[in-house]
Amino acid sequence: MSLWLPAASDNAAEVDHLIGALLVISAAVLLLVFGLLFVYLIKYRAGSPIDRGAIAQKTWRVETAWTAATLVIFFGLFVWGADLYVRLFQPPQRALKIYVVGKQWMWKVEHAGGQREINTLHLPVGMPVELVMTSEDVIHDFAVPAFRIKHDVLPGRYETLWFTPNRPGIYSLYCTQFCGLDHSKMSGNVVVLSPPEFQTWLAQNGGSHTLAADGRALFMRYGCSGCHGIDGSNDTSGAQSTVRAPSLGGLYGAPVPLTDGSVVIADDRYLHDSIVDPERQIVAGYAPIMPSFAGQIGEEDLLKLILYIKSLPAGGSP
Amino acid sequence: MSAVTADGTVAVEKSGIEGSYLTDGYTLRSWLLTTDHKRIALLYLAAITMFFFIGGFAAALVRLNLIVPQGLLGSAETYNRLFTMHGVVMVWFFLVPAVPVTLGNFLIPLMLGARDLAFPRLNLLSWYLFMLGGAVTLWALFAGGVDTGWTFYTPLSTMYSKSHVVLAATGIFISGFSSIATGLNFIVSIHRLRAPGMTWYRMPVFLWSLYSLGVLMVLATPVLAITLLLLALERVFHIGVFDPAIGGDPLLFQHLFWFYSHPAVYIMILPGFGVVSEIIPAFSRKRIFGYKFIVWASVSIAVISFFVWGHHMFVAGTSLYSAVLFSILSYLVAVPSAIKVFNWLGTMHKGFIRFDAPMLYALGFIGLFTIGGLTGLWVAALAADVHLTQTYFVVAHFHYIMVGGMVSAFFGGLHFWWPKITGRLYPEMWARVAALVMFIGFNLTFFPQFILGYLGMPRRYFSYAPEFQVLNVLSSAGASILASAYLLPLGYLVWSLLYGERATGNPWGATGLEWQTASPPPTANFVETPVVTQGPYHYPTPESMQLHG
Repeated sequence: MSLWLPAASDNAAEVDHLIGALLVISAAVLLLVFGLLFVYLIKYRAGSPIDRGAIAQKTWRVETAWTAATLVIFFGLFVWGADLYVRLFQPPQRALKIYVVGKQWMWKVEHAGGQREINTLHLPVGMPVELVMTSEDVIHDFAVPAFRIKHDVLPGRYETLWFTPNRPGIYSLYCTQFCGLDHSKMSGNVVVLSPPEFQTWLAQNGGSHTLAADGRALFMRYGCSGCHGIDGSNDTSGAQSTVRAPSLGGLYGAPVPLTDGSVVIADDRYLHDSIVDPERQIVAGYAPIMPSFAGQIGEEDLLKLILYIKSLPAGGSP
Repeated sequence: MSAVTADGTVAVEKSGIEGSYLTDGYTLRSWLLTTDHKRIALLYLAAITMFFFIGGFAAALVRLNLIVPQGLLGSAETYNRLFTMHGVVMVWFFLVPAVPVTLGNFLIPLMLGARDLAFPRLNLLSWYLFMLGGAVTLWALFAGGVDTGWTFYTPLSTMYSKSHVVLAATGIFISGFSSIATGLNFIVSIHRLRAPGMTWYRMPVFLWSLYSLGVLMVLATPVLAITLLLLALERVFHIGVFDPAIGGDPLLFQHLFWFYSHPAVYIMILPGFGVVSEIIPAFSRKRIFGYKFIVWASVSIAVISFFVWGHHMFVAGTSLYSAVLFSILSYLVAVPSAIKVFNWLGTMHKGFIRFDAPMLYALGFIGLFTIGGLTGLWVAALAADVHLTQTYFVVAHFHYIMVGGMVSAFFGGLHFWWPKITGRLYPEMWARVAALVMFIGFNLTFFPQFILGYLGMPRRYFSYAPEFQVLNVLSSAGASILASAYLLPLGYLVWSLLYGERATGNPWGATGLEWQTASPPPTANFVETPVVTQGPYHYPTPESMQLHG
């Protein structure tokens, strides 16, 4: 048995400091409450002849004092916890994106280079990693205690989680949202390697295609190219199509004006939603004619399509 | 246990079972069709005792399974159904009703100086609804069970589970109407049936707690009913509400579910606060410290508890801003609870403290509730919650509040008012032993789970990594001690029904109108309607105690 949990990410040490502070405050309050309790129980037991003196009739001063003290301590803890939490929502631009798909009862991991793994996640040490996660069925949760992070993985949308592993080693990963029969088997390992080892691992496990290249094949197979053009440049002159669809070249990361006047950034989540639920956000100037692909394209294929779209440069063949 | 002499301000009437509500009819019909709040309370007591032991049995099997890392029961399917059964039965058929429908039902009219609750027949109807809901849910659980956990998260529960989800939900849906009717009955009774002279600030804290609870029950339970209805619609008719594959939103379920279930946590614990606020003054022989702060703390808990549900969803994929807001609101709701703990300590200060069993349970409550409350601060701190939520840390945290706190308070109250309810005294020494063993067994069971949670062991795991075994074995050992401590009262309380010493009207020398009538009370509660001329807890001042002592 080990009462010690490795702290293997930049975030882990900071969370441990917060938990340490909570432990100290809790211990102090417990000591106070139990201390007073035992003193009173002994001193003021019914048989004790000690002189009680007069009891206080007005209590509001004490009440106000301990209410105020409690509020101040609580507010401090709130700020501390919130500050660390807010950072979890701000992945750095240069983070290495890795795609995770949860399904009953396994984790499928896809690296941009086409490397795939199941229930294992290989990472380089010292580099921010952003996981883009979704589920094929129920809600799962991707948790790595050694990094002090977890996040629910939802069907039908992308959730992200980022961290920077700072210590090579092998750490447990768990599904922590109850997901059915073999929930407790949906666990595995995160393997943190030094950068050269990671490069070697990528090379040895490299798929013959990148995810984007696979995505290109799917783009044709699902008929996306019929309207959006073979290279996403909405040049459909080669195809027998008269349908007008938005150009996809250079779309990723760009602002998209919508019919309702708002503007969204075309990130992973936007692209995903536009494929499975295209009527929700219609690009300004286009008719809502795209059919929904919900239930027809699996989450892994969706990822490849998105990475293909991401690879398309503005206005021309890649 | 020896009867305390009355302090002079309390009239003690002659005791005796004869002429009491217990002898007012001996037929089964006289019990099953009664509208007497005291008899209905006993009907409820029998029912929730059964549910407590069913839920406890499931928990025992869960702890048995976790003795070995690969799972002793050998089947994840069985294990998943057992912890779901434990949660469903304990939450909806023990913790939510426990104190209100037994002690609350029995004591509200007595404390108010009234004949009965405002709507006696509605009270009986709520018992039948509760039993019907319980029967339907038990049917689901024994016909094969439910494997979603008590939280029924979608789309697992609506589209993927192959178990009796709709049947179990139907039972909970039905029993919800029992909660609503009970809450309404309490609110109206406290508004309308107070004895002459009993102003709001002359009411015992117990009544304030049950008033706040009534408001929570009436406002929150309908949301649960709507949620379960939507769940059933999606599961049976595939109407897309929660499953994104058919156009729903899985987080919507969690919002709705916790909008009920967080106030429900306070539905469970508020009556516990009320019980402890009666016991501590009685056994410290001193007026309660900061009466108005305690009662307004209950009311503010009832209000704020409606605005903290999002703290169950800090890692669920809600927005950053909502998480920050729910974090600070969660800290705010903890303030009134802290105020209460300090006030109970203030009550003991300069008191004449006796260590009868109810007081031991109340002291156990303070200790365990404080630990449960403090660890609540850990999971309200956003970044700490990210690490600790969905692990055994959370399991330990809410068991400290619900079992350590609430169940201790329930046993404390049961012992305190046992002489009033049955007209018999329980064996004091056995009761003290049970209180002590319960405290030790509880800590041994749940304290290791805090550590397990910090180390990262997820909850609801049938099998686990071998490094977690030692702490799990400790926890299971504690559970066996705890189980034996729960069996003790079942034995000696039943024994006391037959052989216990007859109780006087006021064996503890406590204040409160319920002690001014006979034990057990007559069907009409009071021979004459009492008139209230002073506030609650008018225990003598230390000065006068020392003059006499």
